[in-house]
Amino acid sequence: MQHTISVLVENEFGVLTRVASLFSGRGFNIDSLSVAPTNEEGMSRMTIVTRGDDNILEQITKQLNKLIDVIKVIDFTDGSGIEREMALVKVTAEDESRAEVLRIVDIFRAKIIDVTPKSYTIEATGNPLKIDAILDLLRPLGLKELVRTGAVSIGRGAKGWKG
Amino acid sequence: MKMNGARIMLECLKQEGVDTVFGYPGGTVINIYDELFNVKEIRHILPRHEQAGTHAADGYARATGKVGVAIATSGPGATNTVTGIATAYMDSIPMVIVTGQVPTALIGNDAFQEVDIIGITRSCTKHSFLVRDVKDVATIMKKAFYIARTGRPGPVLVDLPKDVQIAQAEFVYPETVEIRSYKPNLEGHPRQVEKAVAMLLESRRPVLYVGGGVVLGNASDELTSLARKLTIPVTTTLMGLGSFPESDVHSLGMLGMHGSYCANMAMTHSDLIVAVGARFDDRVTGKIATFAPHAKIIHIDVDPTSIKKNVRVDLPIVGDVKDVLSKMIKQVDKQKEKVAGFVAALGPWHEDVAGWKIKHPIGYKQSTTIIKPQFVIQKLRELSDDDAIIATDVGQHQMWTAQFFQFNKPRTLLSSGGLGTMGYGLPAAMGAQAAFPDRQVIAICGDGGVQMNIQEMATLVQNRLPVKIVILNNNFLGMVRQWQELFFDKRYSQTCMELPIDYIKLADAYGAKGFLASKPDDVEKVIKQGFAEKGPVIMEFKIAREEKVLPMVPAGASLNEMVLNA
Repeated sequence: MQHTISVLVENEFGVLTRVASLFSGRGFNIDSLSVAPTNEEGMSRMTIVTRGDDNILEQITKQLNKLIDVIKVIDFTDGSGIEREMALVKVTAEDESRAEVLRIVDIFRAKIIDVTPKSYTIEATGNPLKIDAILDLLRPLGLKELVRTGAVSIGRGAKGWKG
Repeated sequence: MKMNGARIMLECLKQEGVDTVFGYPGGTVINIYDELFNVKEIRHILPRHEQAGTHAADGYARATGKVGVAIATSGPGATNTVTGIATAYMDSIPMVIVTGQVPTALIGNDAFQEVDIIGITRSCTKHSFLVRDVKDVATIMKKAFYIARTGRPGPVLVDLPKDVQIAQAEFVYPETVEIRSYKPNLEGHPRQVEKAVAMLLESRRPVLYVGGGVVLGNASDELTSLARKLTIPVTTTLMGLGSFPESDVHSLGMLGMHGSYCANMAMTHSDLIVAVGARFDDRVTGKIATFAPHAKIIHIDVDPTSIKKNVRVDLPIVGDVKDVLSKMIKQVDKQKEKVAGFVAALGPWHEDVAGWKIKHPIGYKQSTTIIKPQFVIQKLRELSDDDAIIATDVGQHQMWTAQFFQFNKPRTLLSSGGLGTMGYGLPAAMGAQAAFPDRQVIAICGDGGVQMNIQEMATLVQNRLPVKIVILNNNFLGMVRQWQELFFDKRYSQTCMELPIDYIKLADAYGAKGFLASKPDDVEKVIKQGFAEKGPVIMEFKIAREEKVLPMVPAGASLNEMVLNA
C-alpha cells in the first residue's frame, strides 16, 4: 500500500543523505521525495511517498524518528492530508492534435506555459492521481518530456503540525 | 579564554571527564597532538593500528560504562577506524571518535589523505558531525557525548578539519545541551508497566530473556531482584551474559544458536517471554516462524525500532530498562499475596526447566591426552579472580567462553556480539586494562583472530598493560571449519592455518612472556604461570583440532531442533 509521509528535519549538512541512505540501507522503497525549507528557520520538510505493509510502515516511521536530525514524522495515510503535485509536460501539438491538447488542458484546469509550432508545454497541478489521468490522455498524442515534482502533503483543518 | 580548535576539543574531553584516549597521530591531527603536550589530565595510549585503537576505546567503554574516545587522522587513519566503529554500533557502545580532516577549503578536491569519512560511516554511527567553524567545536563535542551515552548508546564521529583546529575562538563549554529533534523516551509508561506485571502474574511458564541493554543500562541489580522475587527463569544473550549471575539457580545460561538446551526448550515452551534490552537477533530466535509458538511477548527497550522489528510483540514498553524494571518491582511488591500464589503455581514449570537442565547440560568429553578447549575455559574460571574481565574474539573460542566460563557480574565479558569482529579481543582487553590497571584482564582468542591485531602486543608492553592473552590454538579457523564439517561435506576450503606460529618466540620478540601447554596436565600450570607474571603474557594451548561447539541450532532451524551430538 502507498503511504505519504512528511518528515520535518533540521536543515543540517547531509540530512537528505541520512534519510535517503536509511531507505536504501534497510530496503525500503521511495516512490517520490521532495524537500524544501519551511517557514521556520533551520527546518526543512520532506514529503516521501513510499510503499509497504503496516509492519514496514511502522519500521519506516520509527527508523526515521531515530535519526538525530529528524524533528517529527507525520503519516498521512489515514486520509488526514491533502496531497498536491505539479507536472511540466512537453507534448507534441501539430495540426489537428493542437486543439485536442487544448481541450484536455482546459478540462484539467492546467496551463500552457510555452508554445512552439510543433509543441505545447503544459503545467498541471493537482492530486497525483489527477496528474496520472492527464498524462494518460496526453500520452497518445506524443509525450516528448515529463517532469514531476513528487507529491507534497499538508494536514487538513485549522491546526498546524505543532497542534 | 581564547584558544585554538585543537585545544578546545581537548578541553571538551577534560570537561567530559575523559581520562584516557586511544589515538594515532598524522598530518591532519598534528595540531591536536601538539596541544596534547600541554594537557596532563588525559592519558594518551598509542596503539599500533587505528582499528585496534577504536576497539580499545570500545573495550574501555564496555568495562567502565563511560564514553570511550578514539582519535585518528584523515584518510587511511579514518578508514581504519571503520570496523571498530561498526563493532561499537552493532553492540550500542557509547564512543566518540575524533577524526582529522583536510582543511575545509580542500574538502571535495581529492586532497592528500582526504576521505569522506562522514559518508563512509553514516550507516554505522549513531550520528556524526563535520565541524566547519571553530566557534562550533565546543557545542558539537557536548552534543556528541550527549548523543553517544543517552538513549540507546552508540558511536558518534566528529570530523575536525585542520584549519578549524588551527583557528582561534573563545572556549566556553555549554552547561546543558538541548537538541529539539533528539529526546529519547527513558521513562516507561506506568500503565504499560502495570499491564506487564498483571500479564506476568497470570503466566505459568514465564521466561526473562535478557540482552545487552541490561548491561548497558546498569540494570543488573533490578533484573536480578525481579527474577528472584518471582522465581522466573532467566536466559541471556551473548551480550547479556553477566547481567544475571549464572551461578543462580534460576539461570538458564545463554540461548540461541549455541545456547543451552534448557534455555532453548524454555523459550519454545514458554507462555510469556519478557524481553529486556534484547532485540530478537536471528542467532537468538532461529527460524522466526516457529519461534516461541506458545508465548505472549512483553518487550522492554529504550529503542522503539527494536520493538516489533523481528517478532510480534503483545505488550511494548519503551523506556530505560532500569526505570521500567524498578517500576515493575514496585508493582510486584504491592501485591504480596498474588505474588505468593504465582510463585507457588510455578512449581511444574520449575520442574520442567530442571528436567531439561539435567537431560542435556552443557558439557564435553574430557581427554587425558589432548587438551579440550572447554577444559581450558573452566580452568580459567577456577583460577582467575572473581572480578576478572574477559575479552574474546569471534568464533569457537568465543562460544566456549560463553558456555563454560560462567559470568556472574555485569561488564566482565567484552565480546563483539552483533558485528562478530575477529581481532576484537586483544585490543578490547587493552582498553579495559587501561581503565582498570589492577584488575585481571584476560583476552581469550583463537589462533585466527589473535593474528588480526597481534601488533598490539607492543602497545601492551610499552604501556605496562598486563593483559593475559589466551590462545586456543587448533590451527584452524575453527567455526568456519565446523560449518564445513557439518554442512559442506568436510571440504575444508581455506580454513586450515597451515603455518604453525611459535607464539612463545613472538611474545619474546615483543618483550613479553609466553607459556605453552600441549597436554591436559600442563593447563593448570601454564595458567598459574601466566597469572603470576606482572606484565602481559601469551598462554598458548594446543587444543583438540576438530572439537566442535555444541549444542547447535543449524542456521534456519527452530530452537528446539538442536544438534546435541554430532
